Amino acid sequence: MTEPVLEIRDLRTYFHTIRGVYRAVDGVDLTVRAGRTLCVVGESGSGKSATALSVMGLIEAPGEIQPGSRIRFDGQELVGLSDREHRRIRGRDLSMIFQEPMTSLDPVYPVGHQIVEAIRAHQPVSRKAALNRAVELMALVGIPSPERRLWDYPHHLSGGMRQRVMISIALSSHPKLLVADEPTTALDVTIQAQILELMRDLQKKMGMAIMMITHDLGVVAEMADDVAVMYAGQIVESGIAEEVLTNPRHPYTEALLHAVPVLGMSRDEPLRVIPGVVPSPLEWPAGCRFAARCRYAHERCAEPPPTATVGRHQTRCWLPVDRSIGTGSATRTAAAGEVNR
Amino acid sequence: MTALLSVRGLKTHFPVRAGALRRTVGQIRAVDGVDLDIMPGETLGLVGESGCGKSTLGRSILRLIEPTAGQVIFDGIDVATLDARRMKAIRRDLQIIFQDPVGSLNPRMHVGDIVGEGLHANGVRSRAERDHRIKEILAAVGLDASAAGRFPHEFSGGQRQRIGIARALVLRPKLIVADEPVSALDVSVQSQVLNLLAALRQQFSLTYLFVAHDLAVVDYMSDRVAVMYLGRVVEVGTARQIRTNPLHPYTRALLSAVPGRERQRIVLSGEVPSPLTPPSGCRFRTRCPMAQEICARVEPALDAHPSGARVACHLSH
Ligand SMILES: Nc1ncnc2c1ncn2[C@@H]1O[C@H](COP(=O)(O)OP(=O)(O)OP(=O)(O)O)[C@@H](O)[C@H]1O
Ligand SMILES: Nc1ncnc2c1ncn2[C@@H]1O[C@H](COP(=O)(O)OP(=O)(O)OP(=O)(O)O)[C@@H](O)[C@H]1O
Ligand SMILES: [Mg+2]
Ligand SMILES: [Mg+2]
Repeated sequence: MTEPVLEIRDLRTYFHTIRGVYRAVDGVDLTVRAGRTLCVVGESGSGKSATALSVMGLIEAPGEIQPGSRIRFDGQELVGLSDREHRRIRGRDLSMIFQEPMTSLDPVYPVGHQIVEAIRAHQPVSRKAALNRAVELMALVGIPSPERRLWDYPHHLSGGMRQRVMISIALSSHPKLLVADEPTTALDVTIQAQILELMRDLQKKMGMAIMMITHDLGVVAEMADDVAVMYAGQIVESGIAEEVLTNPRHPYTEALLHAVPVLGMSRDEPLRVIPGVVPSPLEWPAGCRFAARCRYAHERCAEPPPTATVGRHQTRCWLPVDRSIGTGSATRTAAAGEVNR
Repeated sequence: MTALLSVRGLKTHFPVRAGALRRTVGQIRAVDGVDLDIMPGETLGLVGESGCGKSTLGRSILRLIEPTAGQVIFDGIDVATLDARRMKAIRRDLQIIFQDPVGSLNPRMHVGDIVGEGLHANGVRSRAERDHRIKEILAAVGLDASAAGRFPHEFSGGQRQRIGIARALVLRPKLIVADEPVSALDVSVQSQVLNLLAALRQQFSLTYLFVAHDLAVVDYMSDRVAVMYLGRVVEVGTARQIRTNPLHPYTRALLSAVPGRERQRIVLSGEVPSPLTPPSGCRFRTRCPMAQEICARVEPALDAHPSGARVACHLSH
């Protein structure tokens, strides 16, 4: 296992509004290791974007990172940095791409100009050299005839091409970590396949770590070395992707995996559902936040579960699901049986 | 058995205007010659990438958009040319569920009025009768009766989609165009809504045109599946045939692009061309890994294949 590039410990990011305090991120622990891809997966509103924006130093009022939160990037603590210090790191060692490239590209400038500006913001090179570098980068991310595309405005480009431009800007400084918030969600499957392949390819060439946020478990299976499952502002399970996906220990991960439709399911059976809805960040449940929807819930779940290491997973559950170890599974079934009756 | 819905040669073009005189300078050929049949009680899935014309096709069938040419024969009547009064009578049998559960519900109306609007418009004048029907249909989609007195913003995404489904079902239609009914929902809620649509299909003997871009969802819901590309249907077959033995190179590429599947990926180069100037011959040829010289010259017809499917490809016959 490689060195950690990013270590998040007990991150709490709250939004103070007239309706109350939204505890969007509420005690998140995450580690991204050099050259690896961590996928953060979770449903809408679970706090994925707020986590990413916290890392980038882009949380704005009424949002606030709470005291005691720690975000250590490349040996440096990011919580508490001034805007100026943050901006120096951002766009150099730390880059981000967003779900909707249209909102993060400036509509009034040609894309070539925007790539050149990004290069010149962090590297002391001439305009001419930056322009050459921009053409190189555009070719690298697979934009055909880049010299001609330099002077196109964002709205002249398709969604897939705009995302490529965003990626070329994000990579212009050779970052150590690329944070990608749903980079393919707005794209069609065939274009998504192109962009995912591009990201894998660029990671191989440039060696950066990727923290990729998605709600699509298919994308996780495709991209992740490591995975963290987020629910109600917390990480409920994390570990090596293959293990988490094939042998989930948290009931939420298990339920989520079962709820995803896969090709070739029998139509005679209804899809497995997770009953109920995600609770509100205005008032998270006091104990385990998933308990109300959990088929294994029992009395103990009224208290917040600790994060435990089970096998090679971290899981925040009183009764981690375990099918690989005989005794664990027996205990679980017995406990669940009692509760269900 | 005769089809409940037969679409023949359907075209829906949007004029592109420019200049001070707003002269028409071109046509977006959103739907450009579509043939489809849906049997009573059948679910036909419709897949294809963004902009290929799925919503335009669905809306043209209901005449929420006026088609440019072709026939839409519903229950033996060509609705494409019907006058407004007779169209209104047909519309109670033909309903639509929209993709966006938020944008398609009037935020200032009570849920009961949203659901009951169609009843009023279709001559159910008695308040008591309307209230009864509203309550009944809300129960059928899993919402309790108190929902009628609340506003849409008081509900979650999945619940709002249920309101949209209740509105479509309240007139007991025969055919429902479900235009991406679960695309905006999270997986955990998506499966709840899909189960509901499947159960209601049983309960009310519904026929669906089910539009989605998620192939696994379409495969699960549909008896047969039609694949669209740039305004045309390129392949139609049983859900099983499309999944296990796709014939058109585009269908194969779509299947292989589903993330997380372990199989040889076919990454298509380039992007969908503009529907303003579709390529000559086969519209897919500019991205097709198998394209031959004939593909640029001759537009392939949607012909029957020995497997029982229909496919529009020179190389699959
Ligand atoms: N500026 C804000 N003001 C108030 N609440 C906010 C703000 N930004 C985010 N939140 C709240 O924080 C919670 C988490 O939001 P976040 O955007 O991180 O979710 P997400 O996991 O990225 O969801 P999605 O998959 O929909 O993008 C939500 O309940 C949201 O309403
Ligand atoms: N009212 C309109 N005026 C002009 N062009 C339109 C109009 N409605 C749709 N189009 C164009 O017609 C084409 C087909 O659009 P349509 O919305 O039917 O696609 P779709 O397959 O439903 O896509 P999506 O998956 O994104 O919903 C697109 O190129 C679109 O831009
Ligand atoms: Mg988000
Ligand atoms: Mg559509």
